[in-house]
Amino acid sequence: MLDAYRVLDLTDEKGFICGKTLADLGADVVKIEPPGGDRARNIGPFFGDTPHPEASLYWMAYNANKRGITLNIETKDGQAIFGRLARESDFIIESFAPGHLKGLGLGYEELSRLNPRVILTSIAPFGQSGPYRDHRTADIVSMALGGYLYLTGEPDRPPVRIGFPQAYLHGGMAGAAGAMIAHCARQSTGEGQWVDVSIHEACAWIPPDSAAFWEMNRLLEERHGAVRVRPTTGARMRRVWRCADGYVSFDLYGGRLARNFMIPLAAWMAEEGMAPDFIREIDWATFDYSAVPPELVEGISQPVGRFFLAHTKEELWRGGLARRCCVYPVASPREVCGSAQLKQRGYWVGLRHDHLGGDVTYPGVCIRPSEGGGGLRRRAPLIGEHNEEVYGEIGLSRGDLAALAEAGVI
Amino acid sequence: MQALEGIKVIDFTWFISGPLTTKFLGDCGAEVVHVESVTSPDNMRSTTPMKGNVPGINRSAAFARYNSSKYGLSLNLRKPEGVALAGRLVAWADVVVENFSSGTMDRLGLGYSDLRQARPDLIMVSLPMFGHTGPWSGQPGLGSQLSDLIGFGNLTGWPDREPSSPPGAYTDFIIPYYAVCAVMAALDSRRRTGRGQFVEIAQYEAGIQFLAPVMMDWFAHGREPNRAGNRCAGVAPHGVYRCRGRERWCAIAVFTEEEWSRLCAAMGRPELAGDPRFATMLDRVQNSEPLDALIEEWTGARSAEEVMGLLQQAGVAAGAVLNGRDLVENDHLSARGFYKELVHPEIGRHRYLLPPFRFSKTPGEPRRPAPCLGEHNEYVCKHILGMSDEEFVRLLNEGVLD
Repeated sequence: MLDAYRVLDLTDEKGFICGKTLADLGADVVKIEPPGGDRARNIGPFFGDTPHPEASLYWMAYNANKRGITLNIETKDGQAIFGRLARESDFIIESFAPGHLKGLGLGYEELSRLNPRVILTSIAPFGQSGPYRDHRTADIVSMALGGYLYLTGEPDRPPVRIGFPQAYLHGGMAGAAGAMIAHCARQSTGEGQWVDVSIHEACAWIPPDSAAFWEMNRLLEERHGAVRVRPTTGARMRRVWRCADGYVSFDLYGGRLARNFMIPLAAWMAEEGMAPDFIREIDWATFDYSAVPPELVEGISQPVGRFFLAHTKEELWRGGLARRCCVYPVASPREVCGSAQLKQRGYWVGLRHDHLGGDVTYPGVCIRPSEGGGGLRRRAPLIGEHNEEVYGEIGLSRGDLAALAEAGVI
Repeated sequence: MQALEGIKVIDFTWFISGPLTTKFLGDCGAEVVHVESVTSPDNMRSTTPMKGNVPGINRSAAFARYNSSKYGLSLNLRKPEGVALAGRLVAWADVVVENFSSGTMDRLGLGYSDLRQARPDLIMVSLPMFGHTGPWSGQPGLGSQLSDLIGFGNLTGWPDREPSSPPGAYTDFIIPYYAVCAVMAALDSRRRTGRGQFVEIAQYEAGIQFLAPVMMDWFAHGREPNRAGNRCAGVAPHGVYRCRGRERWCAIAVFTEEEWSRLCAAMGRPELAGDPRFATMLDRVQNSEPLDALIEEWTGARSAEEVMGLLQQAGVAAGAVLNGRDLVENDHLSARGFYKELVHPEIGRHRYLLPPFRFSKTPGEPRRPAPCLGEHNEYVCKHILGMSDEEFVRLLNEGVLD
């Protein structure tokens, strides 16, 4: 859909997924790395378990569909070349410390003088302003300050983060959405602008209710592991349940969702003689978990828990699918990668990596437009793989490139 | 001006993934009509917290969080006239967003092929749980369970305990960004080609993007990562440390030698930098238990804010673990204007969150409080659709606007 547009991507791992998503939509995204390659090429896991800058699965995952060039924008020549590229580009994405680009003479003001249509998206740990502007971050720090960490984990242990870094992905996707909204505005105004994205704010969106519980009721939501505790009544409701060979995910809901999920689940339990009478007698359509006493919730949880424990994950998933009652397995990567649904939809895409001597399987593109276009079409680039191609497009000769390489610019 | 001025959106969504998508659009200037019905209101309306802990269809702060800057329309889609009215709205709109289970919109007579009759160049962005094809397509689902099906649950928590599973519909905070991108890209495409389109984003497939390297690792090596608490492979110190007070914690992450020396200096223990147990990253990982204990000795005597302040000043990544109250009172979020107070007819004055992207020329922010159920029925019928008083009253009396 975005085939007509070019994106210059200066990000590190804080912003990779932003350019990846624009590329997935069809844009020509040029990933710019310093000579020698991005430091983030050192993030594991590595293909074949051999650490190498061309084997980082993390780097590949979020840089596929991009072309790759090297350019040292810390040098005067590099800045001049970047300016030439910027003139021909529609979007620039960066995730340097606030003020860094400006220090190089490549801040929004300078870039917009070169190209008034350009949209600069800056993805920074705490945004471009405010008292934490120059603070440092890491995934766990952003998740802590975003308030989600406090809610995750067991009550008798420290708060815990999601087991794979998430904060930069939220920041990066907020960058993609912001860039695209600015693009829509550009189509009426003809002008670009500067989009300021704070990873911290993207993370502060994730905890759904804790700030509102404080604001509305002066109640603090706490973490309870795989159990949810209603701050209003203290009722404990399991989210993750043990089954015969692992765990399944099921929430006790009231109202319409209880009608949808609890009625078929209770019927299924009854089929197998595992539903106590009182469960069959509850009017689920009017049942309200936020109001009922904790003892009743406990009373419901016990037979449900016994039922799950008597079945395997597979039995519960198949039986749940047939009854549409929303009992999902707590899946491992093996189960996700083997999913019949994803297989049938052709989600996984193998792309050839000659330098690794094999195919790497990537998740496909999740935005599927009926008019076609986009899709996963290009493996992640090698360091400087498209230097000749991209620099050729702005009129640099092979001789120029050789001189620039010698000067450490590319 | 606002970025999306003049863009018109009909919002057939509920819960979080869809409403947050259209909230972002509304905050940025789009005109958004959130369609519900009296018999089947958005479930978030019955979700706590409620103002003053008193239940009420218009009192949920959980609903308000995802529905600022929208008009609220109640429409009985079981009546043919309700469906016809939806069609008239779609003829006015540029974009329809929906997040029902696959097949629901078709059953209501509001599928893409139906709605295109009303607006041939319509853009429809559909957010089914699993997609509109495939063996699981018709399954209902919710973000809370989907997060576990994708693998977030199993990866989160302690190796010696059951999965902690991210609370509260985690994937619902991923989907909206993809959906916003899809709406914008389809609008761009329509401008250039004159054609609308149907864009499908399966929430299952979008959520997996946030675990892509984990899946690629499985395909490449058959590796199944286990839960690891707060550990980060090959990095120490890295974790959450107890501070002074009840449930006060600070996250600290040290990735380089330089940061390690700075941490030691900030703790007033410069000699630790030369301690052979902690000389290299490998040593620190090897001896992370005594290392964590030493750090906790220092953090435990200080407030989380003080620990964060001292470490950030020294150039070490550190962040207090904020609870709900801390979020509301956080000086950085406030200084950046992340919260906007608006007066809601039943909730009163309360806070709405800004989108996590700010525009230098077309600022966006919550412009109106979340609508009460059916609050804008008259506005939508008369001003947007240009309906006469007589017709509006007739529809009202016939229960079409229930």
